[in-house]
This record gives sequence, structure tokens and C-alpha cells, in this order.
Amino acid sequence: MLAAFFDNPELMFMTIGALVGVAASVLGAFLVLRGTSLYTDAISHSVLLGIVLVYLATGEVNSPYQLVGAAAAGLLTVYLSELLTSSRLLKRDAAVGLVFPALFALAMLLIGLYARRVHIDADAVLLGELAFAWLDTVPIGEYAVPRSLVTMGIIALADVLFVGLFFKELKLATFDAGLARALGFRPRLLFYGLLFLTSVTAVGAFDAVGAVLFIALVIVPPAAAHLLTDRLWLMVIGGGAIALFASAGGYWAAMRWDVSIGGMMAVVNGLILLAAFFLGPRHGLLARLLRGRRQRAEAHVRMLLVHLYTHEGDEQAERENAALALEHHLRWPAEQARRVVAQAEALGLVTSEPEGQRLHLTGAGREAAREVLEPWRRR
Amino acid sequence: MPGLEILSDFTVRNALIGASLLGVVSGVLGTFAVLREQSLIGDAVSHAALPGICLGFLIAGTREIWPLALGALAAGAAAALAVLALTRYSRLKPDASLGTVLSTFFAAGTVLLTYIQNRQLPGQAGLDSFLFGQAAAVLPEDLWFMGAVALVALGAVGLFWKEFKLVAFDPGFARSLGLPVALIEAALTAMIALAVVVGLQLVGVVLMVAMVIAPGTAARQWCRRLETTVLLAAGFGAASGILGTMLSLLGRGLATGPLIVLVATGLAVVSLLFAPGRGAAWKAAARRRARAAIEDRHILAGMWQLAQSHGDAAYAVEQGMLDAMYGAGARGALERLERQGLVEPVTHMSEEGLHWRLTPEGRKAAAAEPLSPSPTVRGE
Repeated sequence: MLAAFFDNPELMFMTIGALVGVAASVLGAFLVLRGTSLYTDAISHSVLLGIVLVYLATGEVNSPYQLVGAAAAGLLTVYLSELLTSSRLLKRDAAVGLVFPALFALAMLLIGLYARRVHIDADAVLLGELAFAWLDTVPIGEYAVPRSLVTMGIIALADVLFVGLFFKELKLATFDAGLARALGFRPRLLFYGLLFLTSVTAVGAFDAVGAVLFIALVIVPPAAAHLLTDRLWLMVIGGGAIALFASAGGYWAAMRWDVSIGGMMAVVNGLILLAAFFLGPRHGLLARLLRGRRQRAEAHVRMLLVHLYTHEGDEQAERENAALALEHHLRWPAEQARRVVAQAEALGLVTSEPEGQRLHLTGAGREAAREVLEPWRRR
Repeated sequence: MPGLEILSDFTVRNALIGASLLGVVSGVLGTFAVLREQSLIGDAVSHAALPGICLGFLIAGTREIWPLALGALAAGAAAALAVLALTRYSRLKPDASLGTVLSTFFAAGTVLLTYIQNRQLPGQAGLDSFLFGQAAAVLPEDLWFMGAVALVALGAVGLFWKEFKLVAFDPGFARSLGLPVALIEAALTAMIALAVVVGLQLVGVVLMVAMVIAPGTAARQWCRRLETTVLLAAGFGAASGILGTMLSLLGRGLATGPLIVLVATGLAVVSLLFAPGRGAAWKAAARRRARAAIEDRHILAGMWQLAQSHGDAAYAVEQGMLDAMYGAGARGALERLERQGLVEPVTHMSEEGLHWRLTPEGRKAAAAEPLSPSPTVRGE
């Protein structure tokens, strides 16, 4: 059973991709909600500097110090950006955009100068290649397990544990940092913890998906889930589920067309978000369009009821409460007037006489009109 | 440092001309992006150029600059509009919209790139050099193209100067005047794609965002008018381009793109720190000076009051007493006052240590400025 798993590269790739996706998206949910998800962009680029510096210092590409160095570089980026922002000389986005390209450029320069022959190829770092995961294995028991599977497994576990343990605190700090501080939680510390884990996850994800695609995995699944639900825990779990689905679907599509696995996973995530954007149940474009139309139609029916109610029983009723009057007095085009009357009739609020087109309120219609005009009478 | 004759070298000359064109265009357009707080849109637009380049190659089948740049332009503009649409029509915050578009477009780019590479299509070699740029690959016909794009971008800015300026500073007022603000904003954002196209071969899509942000940020520190800011940003941009290219000639393995970016960032950091009036270091120094001046005046007033209450204009105050009243800063303040000739040290009684008294000028200054002698309030 285990052997079947470890000897199946396909399953292995998908598992690594899924681990990266889940690890990234549970953290991403809070970053997206806080409006600081672009720190991911900055972190995932500047992590390269940490990797290069640690390589130059230790001469090893795969030492555990990598995680430390890269996480430090990631936090440094955030710290420098916040420092620049707090000087109030420039806005946060400009600060972020000033810091991380510089650190990335520095890393590129160092690679070009000192690390040409090692496997820190800038392209690979940027794009990643999941297929190479198989080349670097560690023995566990009798199986050769890809190193990134082990690393990502540990990192994903840490991320999920962090979010699970501090869910309440994270929730509070995300939605009301002021209250969290007043209650004695440490929202800033929590935030830096979140970014620290993001940096660590970025390093782990580097080999598998590369820097830019890591951004996709952090931001896109939670963002898509955010379009679909209003509950935080659903958003966190939904983001994870979307990431899982995207890693499986992305792997399949990548094999089908023989293209980059990580890239395809990110593209599938993007497509899911696009679908959520258009088809989401409450906040989707289509749902909002339909809701708008329904509300407009309801408002028209209410207007008709009120119009009929106002003139009911006065001397102009004969003239006003006729289908023709709607065109003249409410300025409704004939087509619209017919539609509104038909709608009101279908709802049992209005009846019309066939000849003369005189309109009458039913009991329910009168009640509804009274509710609009005299809401205090409502029982 | 290589001699000047290297400037006549064909490749170097092309790279230098290209780099300065890039600097000018990105400086001018970037200034507007920075002022409109849309800095990172440049990041999305530049990353989005990658799928555009690949599509351009797939459609045209050659590695010529025109189809690739057209693809980059179209994809960049599409990304900019996608960011605007996601921000406006969904509940995502701007940062999430931006991150989503940036990463998804770039992912599509890598997918297309691997598609092209794995099929060994003819003429695809070096397509990935657009990731980080490759200055040595700039050809004269590319320069013509860059020049044309630069002309279009700068021409548009010149033509719509008034409108762009108004939208950058006060979109609400612009709307009340009946200007199509949404259209102008979309145009300004999409035009960043023009700068990206110019920078493709030199800096590449990944680092382009720095060229959009850094020169504008740097120029903003020195100027108070949009006209001068834009001109200076163009200058800073061109200077970064030229300087970065020259530095890359110094040794093997020095990549041009990263160097250009580092020079631009360096200029921005220096400007942020030292620009007169707005620079952080400048402000800190001004704050220190102001605090010192207040301390000086407190001590002057304190000594004046002591002198008056002792009925002796030349009353000598013990250093220790001033220390106790004004804290550790008193010593430095007294030295400053001595340099100004307002106080002088006296040996009052040999065993009692240093004393200070007001000079005639000091008395005049203290009398002219009646200030409360209360010691500066210090934190615990």
C-alpha cells in the first residue's frame, strides 16, 4: 500500500502540489482578508536573496539553514517596507514595490557573480519544476522519498496547526485589530508570525512551484473562496479544497498538454476564481445582476400597488386605476406596464377587468400597499 | 574601468540607447502611477507581459520584436483592466485583485513558455530571456521600435498633460468638470504597458516594477511641481539605465537588468533620505536642531531667572544644578550657548567645580525672549 504510493510518481507530484496549495492557502486566507496579500509577492521574491546568501555562506543548497535565511529575508522585506511606509514619504504599495525588486535584483547579481554553476538557476527559482522533485530524495525506511515531499509535509502541518490553534486570535486580529489589542492579544506579533510562516512556506514551495506561482497559491484559492462564502472557517477550508482540486486538475492538464505543472495548477486556480467571480452564489456578477433585476421588478409591483391604493375609492379611480394610466402617470413604457401588471396578477395582488382594463387590488394587494405606506400598522 | 572607446562598441551603444529610452519612458509614466497610488499595477502589467510575448510568438512564429511586443502590450493592458474590473465588481480588496491577476497571468505565461519549449518550435531560443532581460541581445531595429513606443507614450502624456495632471491629483474635481475620469485612469494604467514593452529586453518582466516606481519616487522627493517631477523622473530613469549598463561592463557575470534596478533603487533611497526638506535624514536633523534650540532657550531663561532672583546679573550657576534641572542634555546645551557667546564658564570657588554665568549678550537675549524656564519634560 505504502509502496504503491511512493512508487507512483504521479500521485507523488500531486501530493506535493496539494501540500503546497493547502499550506499556502490556509495562510493566505488571513492575508487576503487583512488586505496585505501583496506582502506575499514581496516575500516570495526576496526569499531568493536569503537562499543565495545562505548558499554563499555555507556552500550548501539544501541545508536546513536555507529555511532560516530565507525566512529572515522575507521578514526583512516586510520590515523594510513597513519602515518606509511609516516614514510617510510614500504609500505602502510603493514601499513594497521599491524594496522587493531591489532585494531580488541583488540576489540575481550574486547568482551571476558567484553561483553560476550551482543549481540556483534564476529561471528555475522563478518558475520551479515539480518534475525535478524526483531527482532529490531522502531515504525513509526502505523508500526513497522526494525531499520536497518531506519538507512540504512538515511545513504544511505547521501551517495548519498554527491556523488551527490560533484560529480565534487570528480571526479577531484580522477583523478588529484594535479590539484584539485591547483584549491583550498581540495582533502585530500574530501578523509577523503569519508572515514568518509564509516565508518558510515560500522556501519550501520554491523547488516545487517557484516564486511567482507561490503567490498564486497563497492569494488565489482564498480569494476565490472569499467570493463564495461569508464565513471565515468556510473560507479557510474552502480555500484548501480549491487548492486541492486545482493541484489535481492542474496536474492532469499539465500532463495532457505537456506543460509546466506548477504553472497549470496556478492557471486552474485562476480559472476557479474567474468562475466564482461570475457565478458565485451571493457576490458573483451573475447573482448580483439577477438580484438587481428581481429587486427592480419587486419595486415596480410595489409602486403599482401603492398607485392603485392611493386612488382606490376617490373620484379619479375610474381613470387612474386603469392600465392606460400607468403609461401616462407612472411614465412606464407600455411593455413594462403590461409586464408589471401580469406579475402582480400572478402574485394574486391585483385583478383586472378584461374590458376597460380597470385594475383592482385584491385583499392581499391592499395589505401589501398598506404595509408600504403605513409600516407602523404592520401586525 | 574600461576606456571610453567601449562606448563606440556596437552592442554597448545599443544597450545604452535602449536603457536610457527605458528610463525616460518608465520615469514619466511611473511618476503618474506613484502619484495615483497605483504603483504595484506596474508589477501586474509587467508580469502579464509574459503570456503576451508567448502568444505573440505562437501567432507570428518568429522572435521579432514587433509581434512579441504587441502581444505584451495587449496582455499588459488586459491585465490592467482585469485588476480594475476585479476591484470594482467583486468584494476583493485591491491587493488581492492585483495578486490574483499578476500570478494567474504569469502562470499562464509559464504554461505557454513550457508549451513552446517542449515542442522545440523553431526560433524559440532565448524566449525566456524576457524574464530578466538580456541587454546584449538588443538590436538596432529593436531600438527603432523602442523609440517609436517611447514617442507614443511621451506624446500622449504631452497631449493630455492637463487631464492626466488633474486626474492624478484630484479625480473628484476632474469628474465634476465632466472629464471621463474612468477612461483616463484606465488609459494611464494601460500606458504602463508601453513602458514595460520598452523594458522587456533590458530589464525583463520580473524587475520592471522597480523601473516604474523608483524614478518617480526619487523625483517626488526633490520637486513640488508635477512638471519638474516628471522631468527629473525621466532624468533619474535615464541615469539609472546608463549607469547600470556601464556598471555591467565592469566584469563578467554582472547582469545589466538587476544593476539598472539597483541603481534606480539606490537613487530612490538616497532621495528618500537626503532630499532637502522632505528627506528622512534631513527631517531628523531638523527635528534635532529644533529640540536643541528649545533646550538652549530653556536654560538661558532658567539662568536669567536665577540671576534675577539673586539680584545679581552675573550670578554664576553651578553645573550640577543645571544638570539636575535640565537633565543630561544640559551640558551639550551649555556648550552650544558658549559657542554662541551667550554664557561663559567661571570658577566660582575653586573647590565647588564648574559654574556658568550669562554674558552681557546672553542677558540681552534672555531678556528679549521671556520664556518659561521650566525644564524640558522627559520620559521616565
